Amino acid sequence: MSRLVLRLYVAGDGPNSAAARANLKRLLAHCEPSTYSIEIVDCLREPIRTLQDGVLVTPTLIRLEPKPGRTIVGTLSDSKQVVEALGIDGPATMELR
Amino acid sequence: MTSSLPEAASLDAPESVAGRGEAPIVKAPTGISGFDEITRGGLPANRTTLILGGPGAGKTVFALQTLVTAAREYREPGIFVAFEESSQQIVGNAATFGWDLPVLERERLFFLDARLPPTTVQAGDFDIGGVLAGLQAKATEMGAKRIVFDGIDVLLTLLSDPAKERREMYRLQEWLSANGLTAVITAKANDNDATAAERYSFMQFMVDAVVTLHHRMLDRVSLRGVRVMKYRGSGFSEGEFPLIITDTGIEVATFGTSELDFAVSTERVSTGVPRLDTMLDGGYFRGAGVLISGAPGVAKTTLAGAFALAACKRGERVLYVSFDEAGNQIIRNLRSVGMDLEAYRDSGLLQFFSVRTETRSSEDHLINLKKRISEFKPQNFVVDPLSALAKAGGHIAAVHASLRLLDYARSLGITTVCTSLVADEAINETTTTQISTIADTWIHLAYVVHGGERNRTLTIVKSRGMKHSNQVRELLLSDHGITLADVFTAGGTVLVGTARFEQEAKIREQTANERNERAIRRKTAEQGEAEIRAQIAALEAELEAHRLASELAASQYAESETRRTSNLDTVKRLRHADVDNSADDGQSNKRQAATAMSPASPAHGS
Repeated sequence: MSRLVLRLYVAGDGPNSAAARANLKRLLAHCEPSTYSIEIVDCLREPIRTLQDGVLVTPTLIRLEPKPGRTIVGTLSDSKQVVEALGIDGPATMELR
Repeated sequence: MTSSLPEAASLDAPESVAGRGEAPIVKAPTGISGFDEITRGGLPANRTTLILGGPGAGKTVFALQTLVTAAREYREPGIFVAFEESSQQIVGNAATFGWDLPVLERERLFFLDARLPPTTVQAGDFDIGGVLAGLQAKATEMGAKRIVFDGIDVLLTLLSDPAKERREMYRLQEWLSANGLTAVITAKANDNDATAAERYSFMQFMVDAVVTLHHRMLDRVSLRGVRVMKYRGSGFSEGEFPLIITDTGIEVATFGTSELDFAVSTERVSTGVPRLDTMLDGGYFRGAGVLISGAPGVAKTTLAGAFALAACKRGERVLYVSFDEAGNQIIRNLRSVGMDLEAYRDSGLLQFFSVRTETRSSEDHLINLKKRISEFKPQNFVVDPLSALAKAGGHIAAVHASLRLLDYARSLGITTVCTSLVADEAINETTTTQISTIADTWIHLAYVVHGGERNRTLTIVKSRGMKHSNQVRELLLSDHGITLADVFTAGGTVLVGTARFEQEAKIREQTANERNERAIRRKTAEQGEAEIRAQIAALEAELEAHRLASELAASQYAESETRRTSNLDTVKRLRHADVDNSADDGQSNKRQAATAMSPASPAHGS
């Protein structure tokens, strides 16, 4: 499996954004750090880039690699949805075992 | 984590907005003709307007047009956030209205595609804080004055929770309030949609103005309408107004200024029928609206054509609008009664505009006709038949369209002749009645069926501001156009056609008889006079004879007297008589002579 490249758009420390950050961190805790990279974009600091990237809502998580790209919106609290969309092993999969 | 926010929003939003309402309202014109009129100036500047409407009601065009107007007319930069369509689609659609968006886009407009990719996965709660941050930066960068959020319902649906929807709407409202932009938010709303009803009842509190757009089918014709539901701090025209999407954008049909202060003319223009001119005391008023009503085939078009022909002969331009009949057909039909319009059409004085009724709504027709009028600038205008508009979906809409059309023509001083098809003798039919209230002259053509014939009659039902004949005339079509003939009434029945002809013949005969009798009487009198003159002549001749005889007698007597005197003188001389005696003798001799004459004098008297 190729390397996972992710980008998370947040709006400062708003409640949804803070939740998303925490949830993503929790999900990726089960992955080998060398298998993924993650960039966090704060829309409040880079608003024009937000528009250019076509980000409508926050938080938004985009899987840039592997292709095809995926877009996940929300606090990522629904782990099963996120894990499936990203195609990773996560706590949800583990819990199911 | 966000549970307190929705409550705060629902409680605070109306208050906070109402608080801002104290400042005087500044209006931001939309450039949508008619809409600025009913809102008395346009949208509330630096505030938010919500536009609600079903699919295809024209929300996107409406919102975009406000932005384009601001950018073009007032050089105000603006932002268009498209939640539903791609910005490419919108720019493409706008091109059909002749709005050069690519140029405007480079200079003053910014389009944001605000659609989530279809493959987007939702995993938890989210908000629009990110995009608002982006828009704020963009607005500052370009100095935007206006913003449109088109299809906010698409975004709200993603939230799938009324509380969250309210929270995000409140977030948006806060953002708009802080940025002081003149904003338009559009949202889909069907009339019988409970979710939408709840959603928008909340939104309506938050915004300063609410406009609803309607789109419905009536008699298989699409009709659009616009209504201002709310306008904080400003008066507006209530009620629904027709909305039309033309090839230059949206137009809202209004009556224009409510006051009627047209310049009125006392100049007369010919009806094209000399005798009708007489009946109307000189013809139609210039700039008046004339209604010709009647059943099918009763020569409404011919009468309208006569007016058009007379106008062309005066060298005036005529716009002839015919519904469901081609100009060529009308030319051919009128030629059969000796009216040749072809030459005038070819010279450009007469313009035919033939349209199919059913392809458009009456409002569409109205817009089209107004456009034609403003292009051709005719002095005379014929609509044949105006009642065709009533077929074009929606009775009330059609009547309104008709009234506004007449109003429009009148305001330009154009003399308008409209025909109106009504069932025979049913001249109280609603359409006609309503239109007739604003028609200045109303001529009704009818059939009279009598003695196995169907003949045409003409009546002037009314004609404002002029003396006019109250008599029914028979309308006759011949190779030389229309002529009007007197009708006769006998035993309460109007006589037309053959009956009229017979009556006319009878009268001719009577007249002839009377003329003969008069001639005979005169002849007799002349003869009597001649006889008397002859008698007078005979008597005079006799008189002359007597006079001559008397003269002769007198002269003979004078001679004999002379002779006797000379004899007496001779005797006196012989006798040497004295002077006195001779004098007495002379006198008595004269008396004797007179007595001698008397037997002849009775002949003088006889």
